[in-house]
Amino acid sequence: MIASLIVLVGLLASAVAALVATHLRYRRRRPAKPPTPGAGRILFPFMGGALSQRALDAALRLARAEDATLVPVFLARVSMQLPIDTPLPHQSGVALSLQEAIEQRATAWGIAVDARIERGRTYRHALRQTFEHERYDRIVLAAAERGHDGFDAGDVAWLLDNAAGEIVVLRPDCDTTIRPPAARSRRAPRPARVRAGVG
Amino acid sequence: MEPRRTAESESPITERRAGRYKIFLGMAAGVGKTYRMLQEGQAEAEAGRDVVIGYLEPHDRPETIAQADDLELVPRRHVRYRETELEEMDLPAVLRRGPELCLIDELAHTNAPGLEHAKRYQDIEDVLKAGIDVFSTVNVQHLESLNDQIAEVTGTRVRETVPDAVLGTADEVVLLDLTPESLIERLIAGKIYPQDRVQAALNNFFTIENLAALREVSLRQVAEEVEHKRVISDPRLGSRDEGLIETAAAQAIHDRLLALVTPTPRSQRVVRRAWRSAQRLGGELDLLWVSDHEPREDEREQLDALRRLASVLGAHLLIEHGDDVAATAARVAEDRGTTYILMGRPKPRSAMRRLLQPALPFRLLSLLPGVDLRIVADRTRRVANNETREEP
Repeated sequence: MIASLIVLVGLLASAVAALVATHLRYRRRRPAKPPTPGAGRILFPFMGGALSQRALDAALRLARAEDATLVPVFLARVSMQLPIDTPLPHQSGVALSLQEAIEQRATAWGIAVDARIERGRTYRHALRQTFEHERYDRIVLAAAERGHDGFDAGDVAWLLDNAAGEIVVLRPDCDTTIRPPAARSRRAPRPARVRAGVG
Repeated sequence: MEPRRTAESESPITERRAGRYKIFLGMAAGVGKTYRMLQEGQAEAEAGRDVVIGYLEPHDRPETIAQADDLELVPRRHVRYRETELEEMDLPAVLRRGPELCLIDELAHTNAPGLEHAKRYQDIEDVLKAGIDVFSTVNVQHLESLNDQIAEVTGTRVRETVPDAVLGTADEVVLLDLTPESLIERLIAGKIYPQDRVQAALNNFFTIENLAALREVSLRQVAEEVEHKRVISDPRLGSRDEGLIETAAAQAIHDRLLALVTPTPRSQRVVRRAWRSAQRLGGELDLLWVSDHEPREDEREQLDALRRLASVLGAHLLIEHGDDVAATAARVAEDRGTTYILMGRPKPRSAMRRLLQPALPFRLLSLLPGVDLRIVADRTRRVANNETREEP
């Protein structure tokens, strides 16, 4: 009787030990926690087929310093011929590639990202929509060089009038832009139109 | 993303017909579709076949007109509509004439009201059924499923669309490929439009970016058609169960994806991967959140963002209430004909729960046999584990 009781207790003890060991092993293998979303939010609007790496880095540095979440917003333009709520597969492809690139960079730096795609008839319209939908503390954006796609002086002045919070504007920086694969392949033929003597 | 279906598109060419059908597909006006169709028609005539032109739209291009010189032309019929005299293909005259091969330009054309059919591609069906071979032409932006995509890229919406099935049932599709630079050179040389329209065309539709995008869409479309035809006509599969093979091929091509999401920024990675897969497979995408509670304030904010993202991507956001994620997801997947499920890494579970119930992926696999499952890696965790942080 005592012998079987000892065997039973021994078996129970082994089972508990096995459970604890499994649990500890699982806990050890559990990956590190992803970046926790910060309380502050830094809006980072960008457009077209490229984004400024310098502006992105500035936004990331700010987000890290303030323990804030980076909110990259791809501004998509919808032609007047299409309904404003039309799906945009082409621009979405570009936007998602760039958001992926931003997320990888932010993650390496331990910054939480909450990306968006916002539609509008113009970039300003898309920005206005963003202000309606998103809460934010700061905006970081890259000014465009003359003749390039991006925020020009007029847009920056408009932002100062219409956006709440601080606005950080970075100088144009065309040499270090991050481009999605599709945009890279499409940029090359651009000079051909000039060669053809048009415009 | 759901292709818009019109009254015409309810009955694309599906019946067996006697004539052979060849379509010359182009990315834009001026690539040489009509010219190539006439060239091949000439070659057939020289080989001794009875060839006529059922309808030709030469757009005053001298080279095209010259190519049609030696071929018999069935005169157009005149139709009066709202005080305007329109010229259309004379379908009864073509059928009466009964050639071996008929060349019919611009299959996406909408006929004047009161004729036999609303669209020219439907006239072509009648010609094919009469045992006449047909050569025809169309631009890629007229295909129904690509209409929205091309309107987004070019900013110009084409109103005359045809169901994609028209292209799918052609015996042969010939893509007229031309580099955007060459096409613009042709335009500047006045080979496409008269000189007074050239500048406007260059400023609007005929830009390098637009043409490059259209070229990409055309090449993809033809590649997909070729793949589809290869699947349904593979001789190794035999011809005994042709109907079955066609059905299987159609099912394989019409995938439907379901991405399991939660109202958190981390779900965006799953949505991105799911959308890319849906684009590659040409399938519809549903996003599903199985909720066991009313959304909190922060969740409502994320749900709004997810809803807007789904709208931009052309996906459908579904919210279902339930305590059992696997059972609810399985029910939705069955209802919507899902073929592919994507999900993020499941939440870590307690030792007791691990003992009592299999993990969500295993439950989904057992509840939905025949549905593929993909777990999207969480890159943030990989980077955190490797400790590869760097200063921006």
